[in-house]
Amino acid sequence: MTHNIVISGFGGQGILFASKQLAKSAMHEDLHVSWLPSYGPEMRGGACNCSVIISDEEIGSPLIPHPDILIVFNLPSFDKFESQVAPGGLLIVDSTLVNKKSERSDINASYIPATGLAAENKLDGLANVIVLGHLLKKTGMFDYDSFLSFMVSSIPPAKAALIEKNTLALKIGYDYES
Amino acid sequence: MVVFDRPKALSDVPLHYCPGCTHGIVHRLVAEAIDDLGVVDKTVGIAPVGCSVFAYNYFECDMIEAAHGRAPAVATGVKRTNPDTVVFTYQGDGDLAAIGTAETVHACARGENLTIIFINNCIYGMTGGQMAPTSMPGQVTTTSPYGRDRKIQGSPVHVCEMLSTLDGVAYAERVSVDCPKNILHAKKSIKKAFQNQIDKKGLSIIEVLSTCPSNWGKSPEESLEWLRKEMMPFYPLGVYKDIDSEEESK
Amino acid sequence: MSNKVLMKGNEALAEAAIKSGCIHFFGYPITPQTEVAEYLAKRLPKVGGLCLQAESEIAAINMVMGAAATGTRVMTSSSSPGISLKSEGISYIAGCDLPCVIVNVQRGGPGLGGIQPSQADYNQATKANAHGDMHVIVLAPSSVQEMATLAGEAFDLADIYRMPAMILADGALGQMMEPVDFDARESREIPEKTWVTNGHGGKRKKNIVNSLFMDPAALEASVVERFKRYDEIKEKEVKYEEYMTEDADIVLVAYGITSRICKSAVAAARAAGIKVGLLRPITLWPYPSGALAKLADTVKHFLVVELNMGQMVDDVKLSIECRRPVSFFGRTGGMLPTPDDVVEEIKKIAGGIA
Repeated sequence: MTHNIVISGFGGQGILFASKQLAKSAMHEDLHVSWLPSYGPEMRGGACNCSVIISDEEIGSPLIPHPDILIVFNLPSFDKFESQVAPGGLLIVDSTLVNKKSERSDINASYIPATGLAAENKLDGLANVIVLGHLLKKTGMFDYDSFLSFMVSSIPPAKAALIEKNTLALKIGYDYES
Repeated sequence: MVVFDRPKALSDVPLHYCPGCTHGIVHRLVAEAIDDLGVVDKTVGIAPVGCSVFAYNYFECDMIEAAHGRAPAVATGVKRTNPDTVVFTYQGDGDLAAIGTAETVHACARGENLTIIFINNCIYGMTGGQMAPTSMPGQVTTTSPYGRDRKIQGSPVHVCEMLSTLDGVAYAERVSVDCPKNILHAKKSIKKAFQNQIDKKGLSIIEVLSTCPSNWGKSPEESLEWLRKEMMPFYPLGVYKDIDSEEESK
Repeated sequence: MSNKVLMKGNEALAEAAIKSGCIHFFGYPITPQTEVAEYLAKRLPKVGGLCLQAESEIAAINMVMGAAATGTRVMTSSSSPGISLKSEGISYIAGCDLPCVIVNVQRGGPGLGGIQPSQADYNQATKANAHGDMHVIVLAPSSVQEMATLAGEAFDLADIYRMPAMILADGALGQMMEPVDFDARESREIPEKTWVTNGHGGKRKKNIVNSLFMDPAALEASVVERFKRYDEIKEKEVKYEEYMTEDADIVLVAYGITSRICKSAVAAARAAGIKVGLLRPITLWPYPSGALAKLADTVKHFLVVELNMGQMVDDVKLSIECRRPVSFFGRTGGMLPTPDDVVEEIKKIAGGIA
């Protein structure tokens, strides 16, 4: 079992948080994991992407030329990475922000208006967690309950209000029928 | 009764300096200060590159030989990891005010709790008489054979004046060792520069106007005369900064 | 549940340094190693240490020299252009037989180059750190775990052999996160430091830390003594990993992040029926020449893969005394090859062999 996941969007969309959450959950379950950010001038231009590899075997290259899971939060990311998804792979698109559909027939594409759902439910800034919920639904890569309890366990007591919001966000994403 | 003996902090070995060179006097003053303060056992000296490169053989404390100009950085490394040591650098004008300017200025800016003994003799001695950053306007050296021309080689650096503008400097004084009166005064100043460090006051630098008969092409006596007549008016003796007197005047 | 934490390579290295007893750091900011200094700037004051930002790389390495002369465990880190500036100090530290750890998180060059991952300082690190007859121990981690483990090893090796040890990493290893276990390595026995200049306390003769010898015979003797230590290191401290080499016709030779890409390529090429393996030098100096020479008895072809223009090729050829062909594939300037790119090269060679 190996998941090659690329998450891409603008800085500030919680891409680092979402990708680190996947990486930490994998580590928590004693899987091998690598997390590689884009960095350099690209970072300063506002684009942000992370490559996360989760595997039950030792991980070779941490680079992902052909993701089998691609999550995009903006149009430039869609345009840049959609064609690179491995055949049979999964594409998850925040359709509130990306008004475009994949024309490929060899991949599974999922469209979830995560940013819109976040706004409707007063969960500003949690589109990333909504998408994580949807990712769990589509892949079953982690058990829902253990993923949730591990995620909220990392929220400090001072920010307890966030526990409820994150729990709701994850559920909305999981329950959404795309 | 012995009234005049070798300071204990000075090693019992022949110095390699040329006849008439004032390095020997300054070495003695440094050793006397270390003896007077009783700190030879916790002192670490940093020798430079230049005529005083072998200073590591002449003091009875632990010694480190630094790369050219880097003594203040090496001293910083020693002092910051061992704050209870007494650390001094002994540097010439090329070492401190040319290749090591950045290290000097920033050790001063950081207010490193160090003592710097700076020998200014207006020339590169070890390499054989080349122009120094402190060579005088008009001074003939092997690399300014027609005399230092401000338009070509630029103007000399006034080290004490420059460093006294930095907040981290506790004490900056220019002294001379051309006559017994000035030597006695220089001894007091050097001792104070070490005492300041023991009292954790910050960086103290003593600039010592010195002679280089060999490379100046003068006799020892003529050299002392040249120091008095030419150097002293251009590099006036005196205290350029002393946080003690600043505090008193407040 | 293991003791693992998810950390960036640069931060894991910094934390491992602290756990190895290094609480003094002198450096100067440069991308892509700045996290090392930033991490230590936060952590060291809390453990009674010091992270001091120097005015230059030159000053930083000389502060390291001063600290090392007192017997203090000390580290500096930089990236390629900054290492060039440290060159002078590295030579003096080697000449004075002082231990310290120097980190190079490499970026593309020459000149200002770029800020993306590179291995273009291989020759500098292994052969020409600075002037004079000298070497530094060079360790090349290939994972975040090794950024930590080899940092600890570097401090021990530096102390045991009284010389600088370098961690030669790259921007990708520095920036990536992986689980790391800081208890994965046991520290080694360190000889007593009798040579330190931290004030003799009236209890011993004065010590002098010095690299100047006016007598050529004395200088020669000091260099010969140092090279005897180097021989001992070559005998005892070579580290490497062999991966699927047992039946391999083609062996890739790669270190650092490139070895990770090559591991993926080996798996892909094996799946395509080509017998490929990987030799990964962990110490670049001392170099695993013996292991390569042994492989040359059975292996038909070597392929060196690096993020430079082929700087390690000569070392492979010398190790195997040119008994087998040695090809090179690499990208430079901050470009990274994909495993597919490497597989293509393997296929070209396999076609020639078949």
